[in-house]
Amino acid sequence: MQTVLSEDQEQFKHVVQRFFDAHSTTTAVRKLAETETGFDPLVWAQLSETLGLPGTHLSEQYGGHGFGPVELGIILEEMGRTLYCGPFFSSAVMAGYALELFGDDAAKIERLPQIADGSIRATLILDDLNHPSRVGGLIKATPAGALTGSAPIVLDGCSADVFIIVAQEDLGLGLFALASKAKGVEVAAQDSIDMTRKVARVTLNQAAGTRVGSVSPRDLNRFWDLTSVALAHEMIGGAARLLDETVEYTKGRYQFGRPIGSFQALKHRCADLLMSLEFAKAATHHAGFCLAANAQETIYPSMAKAMAADCFMDMARAAIQLRGGIGFTWENDTHLWFKRAKCDEVLLGAPYQHRARMIDILQEGQDVA
Amino acid sequence: MSHDQIRAELEAFLDAEFSPDLSLVEWRKRLLAAGWAAPLWPAAYFGRDFSQAEALVVSQVFAERQIVGAAQVGPRRLAAETILAHGTSEQKLRYLPKILTGEHAWCQLFSEPGSGSDLAGASTRAERKADHWLINGQKVWNTSAHHADFGILVARSNWDLPKHQGLSYFLIDMRQPGVEVRPLKQMNGHASFNEVFLTDARVPLDDLVGGEGKGWAVATTTLSIERQGFARGRSQGAPAAASAGRVYEELARELEIDNEPYTWYPQREGRPDLIMQRAQDTGAIENDVVRQEIAKLICLTEAARISANQVSAHQKSGGQGVLPAGSIGKLGASVIARHAAHVHTMISGASAMLSGPDSAADGVIAETLISVPAISIAGGTDEIQRNIIAERVLGMPKEQRMDTGPFRDIPRNGQ
Repeated sequence: MQTVLSEDQEQFKHVVQRFFDAHSTTTAVRKLAETETGFDPLVWAQLSETLGLPGTHLSEQYGGHGFGPVELGIILEEMGRTLYCGPFFSSAVMAGYALELFGDDAAKIERLPQIADGSIRATLILDDLNHPSRVGGLIKATPAGALTGSAPIVLDGCSADVFIIVAQEDLGLGLFALASKAKGVEVAAQDSIDMTRKVARVTLNQAAGTRVGSVSPRDLNRFWDLTSVALAHEMIGGAARLLDETVEYTKGRYQFGRPIGSFQALKHRCADLLMSLEFAKAATHHAGFCLAANAQETIYPSMAKAMAADCFMDMARAAIQLRGGIGFTWENDTHLWFKRAKCDEVLLGAPYQHRARMIDILQEGQDVA
Repeated sequence: MSHDQIRAELEAFLDAEFSPDLSLVEWRKRLLAAGWAAPLWPAAYFGRDFSQAEALVVSQVFAERQIVGAAQVGPRRLAAETILAHGTSEQKLRYLPKILTGEHAWCQLFSEPGSGSDLAGASTRAERKADHWLINGQKVWNTSAHHADFGILVARSNWDLPKHQGLSYFLIDMRQPGVEVRPLKQMNGHASFNEVFLTDARVPLDDLVGGEGKGWAVATTTLSIERQGFARGRSQGAPAAASAGRVYEELARELEIDNEPYTWYPQREGRPDLIMQRAQDTGAIENDVVRQEIAKLICLTEAARISANQVSAHQKSGGQGVLPAGSIGKLGASVIARHAAHVHTMISGASAMLSGPDSAADGVIAETLISVPAISIAGGTDEIQRNIIAERVLGMPKEQRMDTGPFRDIPRNGQ
């Protein structure tokens, strides 16, 4: 198993970093936050066509590039750092992984290439975003594929072309596809704390979905692991950016005749934050390496999600606190990351839920052994 | 020299020279004469100028064949490496052999009651007389000083210079009337350390290291070797003492004495390794609150382990960039130890009160609960580590100093 990034991966990181530094400035982020769809189609086209990012982690046989969770993590870390606004997480990560893991072959051949090249923007509808065991409580499918129910939080629900839906069937969970404009589909934008990631409520009323696969508990857990680790990368990217900028701020801000960064109260807080970040990074990268090596049922994905979430939130609180009053203003950029941190903290399970999952996995492992 | 050649030459030497019936000192003298006792050292001083990779071959052969190596445990290594780096040729020839053979034990005389974190504020006095240095003052936290033949000593030789410039570094004979060693009992009942009282103790002029007023630079070398030891852990260089023969028996006795101060060290790390089993044995694992705390502990221990692996892999691949590994690892160890003690307490419940025969794990848990406060102090307090991380890694501005100018004018304890 890998321990650190390879040279090729480091190079890829530099390419991705340059792209988002150029195309996801805070000016751009603020502009997009005020729009309804929340993304720039030109930047989406560039990152899809020039860099091929949405297909990074998807299989080559379905139009992807055949890389894995590590390369996907590199992208998300940079997206988190620059607070990229766009349907990458909803389409490439959530819908892409769902089809790859749950979809039948025909559906993958038909749909994944378009997700991989960015020509179609899909999103995954899960009626619960807290824990894999709770999925399927709200959306039901009839044997004929008529879907009824509601999901309160669908990422980029207002701008997606296609919905991929996990719905409860008589026996287990099924995977369905549906055009977002289809009959029986109602999409209503939801206000979110985080204006940089758009969400919507999607209500289905006898909507005619195409059944494209089935969702076993084992696969759903694997999906949860993969998406949680992807999200953890986004969080450590955001946290690293906040620490850099906060430390810089304390070096330049003078009170009592000296830079506030020379006060031990602030130094010690920043040192603790750095330790928390280094540990969260270590856990997240290790989780990516484990998933890439196809390790099953380990504690590391949930450990990464829990640690990255606590770290990002802690960092965001400190980033505001250490700036004092200016940190609480709309004009200062810090709140943009704070809000992303709050939403990422609970998306796909809050830290306490992932910690509980870690112990569950450890105990199950012992039962087997 | 190829690794195969090293191995062949060493094997031939061992076949010809090693016998388990030799005395420990006699065997080590043979090792020393052939340059195998310290292969990393210069050929001029008992070594072979080996690279790390070459020296690794030597330690592998030693481990495979259960061969006893040079004496390494305890503060003697700090003394040896410092003398090697800063000592005169005469000092090296005089002191290094008996360190390697284990004939001489050493101790470190740095900390003082009045200068702990602020080591450069030492106020033990060194006065230059006609043919010796006269030493007066008190040292503290001196591991194994009660067994030591010699000490590495930092003392103030000039009170009119700024504090770092007035220090000198000495090699002091501990077996003299002016040196009194008293054990220092800790809150956990062990006495791993000593206080050392220096009253008109004498150091020959030849035993000044690095020159008068250069003590801080020399001490910095010692401290960096000490920190490397913290990062590497303590157990090293000792083959299984189960083997029969005089050399192994004498080694076992040496290790028993040398390791004695460290028997409680695993407990100061919080014993996170015992948590899961205890939680299952007691049924505490079924409690949701306990599960959360155990998961938090696993997050910390695993992340610290992974982070250390990543750092060492990064360094091996010649990676660049500032790696805050040392201080962050040390700070992490403190957090882990405190959290582990917290979880052990949750698991024990009211029986955490007990330290006698009825206590958990034969008293190991009780000892853990009262040993953990040491980890965030020894080897540099957490607060000092945070300063180091903030200033050297994050580049935050230094605090304004209150201790510049002649040392005699700086406010000190007890004035």
